[in-house]
Amino acid sequence: MSEISIRVCMGPGGIASGGGEVLSAFENLLKQSNISAEVKDRCSTHKVGCLGMCSKDVLVDIFINGNKTTYQKVNAGMVQRIVDEHLVQGMPVAEWLSDEEYDNFYKKQIKVVLSDCGVVDPESLESYLAHGGYEATKKALKAMSPVEVTEEMTKSGLRGRGGAGFPTGVKWETCRKVPSSQKYIICNADEGDPGAFMDRAVLEGNPHSVIEGMIIGAYAIGADKGYVYVRAEYPLAVERLTQAIKEATAKGFLGKSIMGTDFNFTIKLKLGAGAFVCGEETALIASIEGQRGMPRPKPPFPVFSGLWGKPTVINNVETLANIPYILTKGADWYASFGTEKSKGTKVFALTGKVKNTGLIEVPMGISLREIIYDIGGGIEGGKGLKAVQTGGPSGGCIPASMLDINVDYESLAKVGSIVGSGGMIVLDEDNCMVNIAKYFLAFTQLESCGKCVPCRIGTKRLLEILERITKGQGREGDLELLEGLSKDIKSASLCGLGQTAPNPVLSTLNYFRDEYEAHIRDKKCPAKVCKDLLTYSILEDVCTGCGACKRACPSGAIKGEKKKPHKLDSSLCVKCGACFDVCKFKSVAKE
Amino acid sequence: MMIINQLKLLIDIFGSGCVIFTPMHEKLVDLLARFRESEGNLITLLQDTQGAFGYVPKEAVYWYAKELDVPASRFFGIATFYAQFHLKPRGKHIVTACCGTACHVRGAERLVNAVKRELKLEEDQDTTEDLQFTVEKLACLGTCSLAPVVIVNGKMLGKTTTDIITKEIRSIKKSPKKDE
Repeated sequence: MSEISIRVCMGPGGIASGGGEVLSAFENLLKQSNISAEVKDRCSTHKVGCLGMCSKDVLVDIFINGNKTTYQKVNAGMVQRIVDEHLVQGMPVAEWLSDEEYDNFYKKQIKVVLSDCGVVDPESLESYLAHGGYEATKKALKAMSPVEVTEEMTKSGLRGRGGAGFPTGVKWETCRKVPSSQKYIICNADEGDPGAFMDRAVLEGNPHSVIEGMIIGAYAIGADKGYVYVRAEYPLAVERLTQAIKEATAKGFLGKSIMGTDFNFTIKLKLGAGAFVCGEETALIASIEGQRGMPRPKPPFPVFSGLWGKPTVINNVETLANIPYILTKGADWYASFGTEKSKGTKVFALTGKVKNTGLIEVPMGISLREIIYDIGGGIEGGKGLKAVQTGGPSGGCIPASMLDINVDYESLAKVGSIVGSGGMIVLDEDNCMVNIAKYFLAFTQLESCGKCVPCRIGTKRLLEILERITKGQGREGDLELLEGLSKDIKSASLCGLGQTAPNPVLSTLNYFRDEYEAHIRDKKCPAKVCKDLLTYSILEDVCTGCGACKRACPSGAIKGEKKKPHKLDSSLCVKCGACFDVCKFKSVAKE
Repeated sequence: MMIINQLKLLIDIFGSGCVIFTPMHEKLVDLLARFRESEGNLITLLQDTQGAFGYVPKEAVYWYAKELDVPASRFFGIATFYAQFHLKPRGKHIVTACCGTACHVRGAERLVNAVKRELKLEEDQDTTEDLQFTVEKLACLGTCSLAPVVIVNGKMLGKTTTDIITKEIRSIKKSPKKDE
């Protein structure tokens, strides 16, 4: 009798695309028929972090005696046929199988952090152990000294994946050398960059890898207490992490005398309360201490004086999840990926106007072109690529003309952007660059904690200028003002939030100055995004007189008799775009 | 409003012993006991309070301040700093529009406007007068591949259009209010 295992992708994308219904459809059908199949999610019994290619969800892997077949875009209605033809008769349903795009999506990826995501069951320690889990901890605690562990990290070239890219080994080494009876390690899981969700995927898909990274880090620096500071917006991640900590404690991987050594370590969970600035180290520490999450000047750096004044190492989720793999497979193996200065792999959240969206893990130094066209499958709907935004609100836009740039810390910094936490948003010709800059500024302005003047008032003024430009009230000299103000904010702000906040403005100004000028001089938005610069009208030769626009219009600006072309009174129009959205005949024009 | 002010006055005068205040008072005693047990901090206390009431009632803060001998301003400082906390009651139905970058470039703004239009909310208003709906924006939900995303009462709607979201809201409006 053959052994069948069905795994349904139940990551955030999978659930929202109906993964739950697909799973229960399989369960119900298999109960009725006598196929001895083990129905489980991609990682085990229920929800799991996704495998990456969310645009093809719901993904279903079927293993028959170890042979994998993947179905894409499965819905509950398709399950009956898959069971009948594939499981019973052994003939896979050819037209629903994953296609070439799916294969290409994975071809250029190298998975380290995500290698077990979607393979192991995130809710079962047994499953993690079966895939080599906690071997790295064993190796570190039993066969290596803290110095050796730190040296291995330095040799691997791993740099902080949260954004700043500081060498992890150096951070640990510094903290290890600080004499103190009490030290802490904190996992920064306050993933706040809009457009980045790799930490969520790791926490939901393989929480034990993060715990292991923390144990090893704590051992290396001599900490006995750890905290995970996680966003409250990620309830599933919180749930999985809580369970993983509980299971690891029960098995003796956390607690007193871990694995029979004299090393003690415990982990506590702290829930964030929704403040972007808490991704900054000192603000995060203040938040764990129960205060308003405001940063303080550095130095002293947290490695010398952190949580409750004690030496503290703060590592990002992705950084920590790398550590067990580096320790088991060796620093040289990890350092063989990537470039001279940027070693290893990095996870990016590829989203926006690209065909194949999802989480990708690629070696550092891969070209942007390979990411967008080979992995991402190009631009959606045959439109032209305009730019790629990397690094979230602290990053910048890379124009289409620079597509052959290598994606690593140094190369991106050279063109005015950053790797950051790994958000990668593809923009096409329908996106207005002034609007994008305004969007990020509005975000950082809102999230500015208000402690230092350059950030609190500077970002506000920057935003006001951008707002008036997008409203058609831009003035000559505004661009120079933006540049000057940006430079001042960057050099005078207290923490990373303010120091990087003007980056989206500077980089769009640098590469897309003509778009700014069109807004200011011609009062036009070339991409037709900025509401106040648009005028709506009805194309009378196309209008069928269905009346949908008239019903949708909130200001009574549209008039007309049934089945006769309607008219739009622009003096009454509030430019909400409701008519444009509802018209099925494309007879509403905007320009 | 008069009654509430008088209530506040009573609480200020009589502290925790106020009889009129019983249902909330019981919960607060319980929350404070849990807070002391778990050695939490003010953030966790406020999180638990919001979990119990759906928002952070001012009365609760004044009561905690008295019990813990911590100035109420410390609580309000925290509650206004973090986006998670609400000091006003929220609507029965919560519509959360993700306004992360991926959702933004795919038109999240238009969805928010459509929802507000449908609920007849002004630009700076987020809860309807009858406390039926609250519309809020969130920075990023981490489901960028489904952008734009709107969550209606916990149900995630991926690749949303103005059409889908208005229909969803209309169907909630029409559904019988059975739990009232």
